[in-house]
Amino acid sequence: MDTDVAAITTVFTEFYYFITVALMFLIHVGFCMYEVGASRRRNHMHTLMKNSMLIPLVTVTWFFFGWWIYWAFPGGPGITGPLGHPDPSFAAAYTPWGESMGPRLDDRISGVFWAAFLLFAWTAASIVSGAVIERIRSFAFWIFAILIGSVTWSIDAAWGWHFSGWMVQLLGYHDAYASGVIHAIAGGCALGILVVLGPRLGKFAADGTPRDILPHNPWLVCIGLFLIYTGFWGFYVACNVPLATTGFIDGQITGATQTATTIYMTPTTLSAITMNFLMSLAGGMMVGYMVSKGDAFWTYSGGLAGIITASAGNDLYHPIQALFIGGIGTYLMYKLHYWVEAKFKIDDAVGAVAVHGYAGFIGVVIAGFVLWGHPSSPYDGFAAINPVGQFIGAIIMFWVLGFIPAWIIAKILASADLLRIPREVELLGLDFHDNREAEAARQDVLADVRSVSATG
Amino acid sequence: MSTTPIDTWAVDLANVTVIYPWVGSEVAMASVGIIAWLAWHVWQVKHENSTYDENLRKYGGKETINSAIDDHQ
Repeated sequence: MDTDVAAITTVFTEFYYFITVALMFLIHVGFCMYEVGASRRRNHMHTLMKNSMLIPLVTVTWFFFGWWIYWAFPGGPGITGPLGHPDPSFAAAYTPWGESMGPRLDDRISGVFWAAFLLFAWTAASIVSGAVIERIRSFAFWIFAILIGSVTWSIDAAWGWHFSGWMVQLLGYHDAYASGVIHAIAGGCALGILVVLGPRLGKFAADGTPRDILPHNPWLVCIGLFLIYTGFWGFYVACNVPLATTGFIDGQITGATQTATTIYMTPTTLSAITMNFLMSLAGGMMVGYMVSKGDAFWTYSGGLAGIITASAGNDLYHPIQALFIGGIGTYLMYKLHYWVEAKFKIDDAVGAVAVHGYAGFIGVVIAGFVLWGHPSSPYDGFAAINPVGQFIGAIIMFWVLGFIPAWIIAKILASADLLRIPREVELLGLDFHDNREAEAARQDVLADVRSVSATG
Repeated sequence: MSTTPIDTWAVDLANVTVIYPWVGSEVAMASVGIIAWLAWHVWQVKHENSTYDENLRKYGGKETINSAIDDHQ
């Protein structure tokens, strides 16, 4: 920071990412409210702890290897470059013992950037959490949380959400606000687990007809979704580089104009993404309300699905395009949710596979058509955005890095009887023991108080 | 060939203005958007009316109304 301008730019960027982290924390508060609201009273505390303990577990694993994977894997390795491509010094700096992993005065950005990516990792894991409530073992879920939070999402980000990612270079993959790299992979991961885990007891009638297991507290669910919207602002802003010079971008762009960029270093503006976020939210809510006939849960989830569908291209869409893309994604994910539930007997307790997985997949594919031919990168030799590259990218996100690893791990855990809680515990309720202890303690206090009262 | 005005980033950003796809179709997009917005209200009012009609058909008897008043929260 040897000039005033450099100092202001650095401190602004540092503070910018810091604010995004605090905002993104609200995503997690929202997920906890939403999941607990959707669960039955007998499972509340287990549901809460299952979700909230992913925070420390993904955090420590993100420090130990998740962040390193992001910087080590952009070339595949072995597709467009070796481990650490294009600059092995980055990967070396982000090992847990690396030079950029502790406080130092000549690097004020690495820590907040690490944290912003970590909050994305929590989000990916938390998306999965809601789908599997009320019957998964905590041990199993936390393994999946680490799998998606610190391994598979980090690989997909290195491949498709990095300025030198091989998917960007070869496929022209474009996913500016993570339709695929967070949402499709999380939806695919949840589906891979659900296929093996099976439905909650009572979810399907003997003839296979699905039953609704209603949220015990619709208010909590909806306010939770509102908080996720709020945190989503931080998520969007964190996906940008706030202020970059052409020298910093170091690509083909000429001139002295500074700009905000996407993670690919392609120019955009905070105004663009703010308008498009709101218009895609509006499209999703309006269609969610229509298609669900005014159901509050699906209307709010529709808003989320609208944003998620448009996110791949919300750096570039016109707001009216974002409105319609959000609406299309919401309609399709809603229909797919009920079709998959009835056809394959999948019990996705909160619609996470639909809202995140299907909407994310659809959003990545739509971006390939609407942004066809737009340069995916400021660097020479990168493919332009195109429908085939986006479709392959969506397959990689949902199936290759989402569904398949989760399905394999779920099979292994199920074979060791470590995936699903015992049937009797499910019948009693996961909080049964704690509730009994709490009731005994309450009765003990009550008896004592009555005794004191009787003796004057 | 690109749907946006940008074919390459080998440009001076000082000379770049709009970056969204299908420049020139703004009026058409806005027209479709306005029609969709108005259609939403038409659908919504029909849906709301039919919901009330159905509620009244199922539960509009005096006895049910009195019991609902008793349960009022």
